[in-house]
Amino acid sequence: MIHGQGAAKQGPTTTPSTVFILSFDTLTHSMGYYYSYSYALPPTLLTLLLIYLIFTGRFDIGLFLQESNPYAWGATGIGLCIGLSVLGAGWGIFITGSSVLGGGVRSPRITTKNLISIIFCEVVAIYGVIIGIVYSGKLAYVPDDVLYTRSNYFTGFALFWGGLTVGVCNLLCGICVGVTGSTAALADAADPDLFVKILVVEVFGSILGLFGLIVGLLMTGNASDFQAAVTPVANIARSFASPFAY
Amino acid sequence: MEALFFNVDTGFLEGIVRGFRSGILNQNQYANLTQCETLEDFRTQLSATDYGNFLANEPLPISTSTISDKATQVLVDQFNYIRSNAVQPLSKFLDYITYSYMIDNIILLITGTLHERDTHELLERCHPLGTFDSMPALCVATNVEELYQTVIVETPLAPYFRDCLSAADLDDLNIEIIRNTVYKAYLEDFYHFSSSLGSPTSDVMHKILAFEADRRTINITINSFNTELSKEQRARLFPTIGRLWPAGNNALARADEIDQVRQACEMVADYRSFFGGGGGVDRGGDDLGIAAQLEDRFFQTEVQFNKEVFLQQFQYGVFYAYMKLKEQEIRNLTWIAECIAQDAKDRIQDFIPIF
Repeated sequence: MIHGQGAAKQGPTTTPSTVFILSFDTLTHSMGYYYSYSYALPPTLLTLLLIYLIFTGRFDIGLFLQESNPYAWGATGIGLCIGLSVLGAGWGIFITGSSVLGGGVRSPRITTKNLISIIFCEVVAIYGVIIGIVYSGKLAYVPDDVLYTRSNYFTGFALFWGGLTVGVCNLLCGICVGVTGSTAALADAADPDLFVKILVVEVFGSILGLFGLIVGLLMTGNASDFQAAVTPVANIARSFASPFAY
Repeated sequence: MEALFFNVDTGFLEGIVRGFRSGILNQNQYANLTQCETLEDFRTQLSATDYGNFLANEPLPISTSTISDKATQVLVDQFNYIRSNAVQPLSKFLDYITYSYMIDNIILLITGTLHERDTHELLERCHPLGTFDSMPALCVATNVEELYQTVIVETPLAPYFRDCLSAADLDDLNIEIIRNTVYKAYLEDFYHFSSSLGSPTSDVMHKILAFEADRRTINITINSFNTELSKEQRARLFPTIGRLWPAGNNALARADEIDQVRQACEMVADYRSFFGGGGGVDRGGDDLGIAAQLEDRFFQTEVQFNKEVFLQQFQYGVFYAYMKLKEQEIRNLTWIAECIAQDAKDRIQDFIPIF
């Protein structure tokens, strides 16, 4: 009751434009809900479609894994590895680089020092290149009829998931180093004492990519190179193990 | 997430404006400036700072207005450099900064015309950031309707003036009402525009603009005591975005004396100290003294808020904050120069240091 009276008293001071702004707010909020619905809709539809296909037997995950060529897995893995790494490095370099350029206009002394941030970003791409080279060493030509062995499946999957691990690690590491590098450049421009302190943060950020590299190496450590099936018997056994691979 | 894409368009300019920020005078430089005996010493001291030789070609008896004009010109050049390098949405953000100068210029010209001042003199006194092509035409308008139809409709300010269109003749009170209505519309529009830019720009700008709005609300209230402005009209001039809004605004709309303003401001912790005696010099207990002290506190708080903006990277607020800090610096320089020129050394320390 008391609140009601208070509101009634405040009534006359509410101007027409206040009302307008209130309605404007609600409008933007409802638009926000609309947008989040539209973001969630495509993934939901895709999931439903996938479930429909699986339960009606039109799509079989196990079958898909057995049917797909191990080379496809391996080559995609290598591609993701180097591609995502370079994406991360490039992203980091433009974030850092534009800040170094801008900050360098008024304090040119920061440009040479902050090249180290660019190098940190570049290193991320080099991790990707290293792993890419190591992985592509496992690729060797095997004729189609002796390709589908357990060992080759393992190598294909290991290369794919190893490459994805390294790639995503390096992508995030590159962005991390890029953002801290940008901050380092601007902080250095404002106060030279801060450079070393923020560089420590950046160094720890750049180590994250190294973790991805190590794990990526370990993941393929037990995978042998692609090789042909040893005996024709195994070759025949293969067709029992995977009757859908041709 | 703002860090991911901010630097694509704005990283370079942010670096530049932070570089400009490092050129803002610090305590040591102010200490040197306040030691000067003459304006010539003052110029020599300034040439050692970021301003460089901006006064080198001036004939020797330098007036304080020259110093102020030239310093403003330095700021305007910097702003134009940033503006010409900016792309959307930063360019729109920078345009919003200029709108406040445009409003001031329009009001200056209307008031000047009302008091039959020389047009050329008025145009020279306009702030260079707020100039627009059809500005001289303002001097012929006699009522608001005409003003709107002939000049303002072509400027970006047109939507702001829509609220105050009436056939009323221009007089001092009306002009003041127009100024505040337009400024209120401008602040609210700027506020919603910065909301559309998303966090962290919106966070930073909301804080500053809310303070700006509250400051105007309090000033309008205090200035409207004992005038013919009715309380209802007064309430209509208050921006609806401040931290005092809505309860504080309602209390201020009903206030009759400065004590009620104080009570309304008690609601916001940051504003409580504005009226307290702590710290500042007591300039007498009358309303005028409190208002003067309040103005100082407002400037100090504004500087404080604008300094804090620089603590956050990847947002547009730095461009706004830099302009405001630099303006304060120009006011400081003018104050110090004025004190030197008038030999009023006892008040020379009354400027507001920035860094």
